Amino acid sequence: MTAKNLFQKVWESHSVGTLSNGQTQLFVGRHLIHEVTSPQAFGMLREKGLPVRYPERTFATVDHIVPTNESSEPYSDSLADAMIKELRKNCEETGVTFFDVNTGKQGIVHVVGPEQGLTQPGMTIACGDSHTSTHGAFGAIAFGVGTSQVRDLLATQTMALNPLKVRRIEVNGVLAAGVYAKDVILHIIRKLGVNGGTGYAYEYAGEVFDAFSMEERMTACNMSIEGGARVGYVNPDDKTFEYLQGRPYSPKEDDWSSAVARWKSFSSDPGCSYDDLVEIDASEISPTVTWGINPAQAIAVDEVIPSVESVPDAEKESVREALDYMKLEGGKPILGTPIDVAFIGSCTNGRLSDLEEVASAIKGYKVKSGVKAIVVPGSQIVSKMAQEKGLDKIFTEAGFEWRNAGCSMCLAMNPDKLIGDQLCASSSNRNFKGRQGSPTGRTMLMSPTMVAAAAISGKISDSRKVFQN
Amino acid sequence: MALAKIKEVIGTGVYVPGDDIDTDRIIPARFMKCITFDGLGDYLFYDVRFDDQGEPREHSLNDPAFQKASILISGSNFGCGSSREHAPQSIYRAGFRAVVAGNFAEIFFGNSINLGIPCVSLGERERSSLVGLIESDPNLNLTVDVADLKIRAGDSIFPIELRSGARDSLLNGTWDPLEELLASSSGIEEVSNQISYV
Ligand code: SF4
Repeated sequence: MTAKNLFQKVWESHSVGTLSNGQTQLFVGRHLIHEVTSPQAFGMLREKGLPVRYPERTFATVDHIVPTNESSEPYSDSLADAMIKELRKNCEETGVTFFDVNTGKQGIVHVVGPEQGLTQPGMTIACGDSHTSTHGAFGAIAFGVGTSQVRDLLATQTMALNPLKVRRIEVNGVLAAGVYAKDVILHIIRKLGVNGGTGYAYEYAGEVFDAFSMEERMTACNMSIEGGARVGYVNPDDKTFEYLQGRPYSPKEDDWSSAVARWKSFSSDPGCSYDDLVEIDASEISPTVTWGINPAQAIAVDEVIPSVESVPDAEKESVREALDYMKLEGGKPILGTPIDVAFIGSCTNGRLSDLEEVASAIKGYKVKSGVKAIVVPGSQIVSKMAQEKGLDKIFTEAGFEWRNAGCSMCLAMNPDKLIGDQLCASSSNRNFKGRQGSPTGRTMLMSPTMVAAAAISGKISDSRKVFQN
Repeated sequence: MALAKIKEVIGTGVYVPGDDIDTDRIIPARFMKCITFDGLGDYLFYDVRFDDQGEPREHSLNDPAFQKASILISGSNFGCGSSREHAPQSIYRAGFRAVVAGNFAEIFFGNSINLGIPCVSLGERERSSLVGLIESDPNLNLTVDVADLKIRAGDSIFPIELRSGARDSLLNGTWDPLEELLASSSGIEEVSNQISYV
């Protein structure tokens, strides 16, 4: 038998056939939906008189539009209110399970899936959301899709896709203290570019990924799409299985050992081939911060901001545009750039371990006056666990606002928004123009601990220097 | 329902400069609070077309000379960012029937083809010649020839690229795959039973 990588095995086991245009009809075992990209798909189904083919394979949550500081409905934003009601109605009518706000299980779709044990190795997963790659942390092949594909999935549980090439990205060595999964993925994107991953699935591997917890793997896989790769994954191992054991939708005791055996069989075979291989030395990765308007415009926190003069001709225009928008001066250190807002949360860095890491650092420190700092747990379950550990108190004592679960300030579909040209140190995944709600708002991406360091010092700082305890 | 066979798109063009134009720029997230795609065309590139007060800025999409354009021309890595179909939907609903760029982000490309919008790649030098032509004559009719893989603009002809699978589905009128997906019902059942998880 020829050696295969995980992507090939999962693809083959879920392939229904080849369509007339050469695309594969791929079966998607788990379909996750949310309020933004699903209502139009349900509408199209109704128009065509089609039923949901496998309602038991689709799970819904509400995340983008949920206000994080009001919990009673109707929401003050009538559009948001209409969206949650529409999703509720669609789920009721079709029999799709909905982790609604009153279930205690609501949260960002990419936090909820793993948390519920819905995300498992060897699965195909899709969601009308580009950060679906997060689920690849478990050795699943997880795709972000558009609304027409959400329709296709509801109607047939399949979609039309071209196979991807696979690039293995090995990060070997040991990360320095204060360097996190977020820095690793920002570094990878910086090296390979925002469209370096077009046409590829990324297989993350090497000593650093082996050592990562599941939540760290999720942080890295989450941002695959920022590097142009639609899919990112890590081969499953004992950590994966340990994480899944006992979760609501994980296989139960009787089926556990056969499930683990099956999951292991999806791992990339020794000696299998890849379309490309990239090796990265962990020691070259520092705490990383974006200075521009795409996630590859990132530097180590102790570097200077690129200037138009310092980059090759082909990049001059985009660097000029980014510096203008960010109101930054090329050639100057990024350290010391004053910030207005600090945001900790999102499907990249809104999990319990993220909050624990920050809470342990900020004890005894206070948010700089004039800085608005908010912490938004990725799900109601994360929020509850954090509160049980007293983390909410640590945050509020330090001057952070503690919010309800949701996407919050990651994007501007709820009341949490930047105002004017405020600059936000953010643990989210996108620094596009206007992403955080103000057409002139500015975003700098970094790890949650670096966000906290910025919140406390009021400026971009090296967390290793800010937190001395 | 038979889909249109899209062999070519004929119309005038408009140029929106810039590389890495992301989906947040094409349709800012705050306009995605909707349960249908109707009306999204009004918000296409909203934040670059209008200022804080909602007053139009100087922008090619606000220029009366380009109001009838149905072919959008832009830089490389067009449509990067989110998987939201709101982006190609807003382009379509604003009247565009083809997009010409250096290259396209993958999900955006797929979403657009699914809507029957050819997304064709054109080299940088050719793109700037094409832009020069439409800027000197906004009424110049362009033909994006999907069958021949060329753009014809007056006397000029530019070679374009389009992945063969996508090209075939446009030409054959199978760009929306739903009918074909529905047809293999028993194959779907088989895989569903084989994969050992619900
Ligand atoms: S947290 Fe941000 S990136 Fe993640 S699903 Fe929500 S809006 Fe998208």
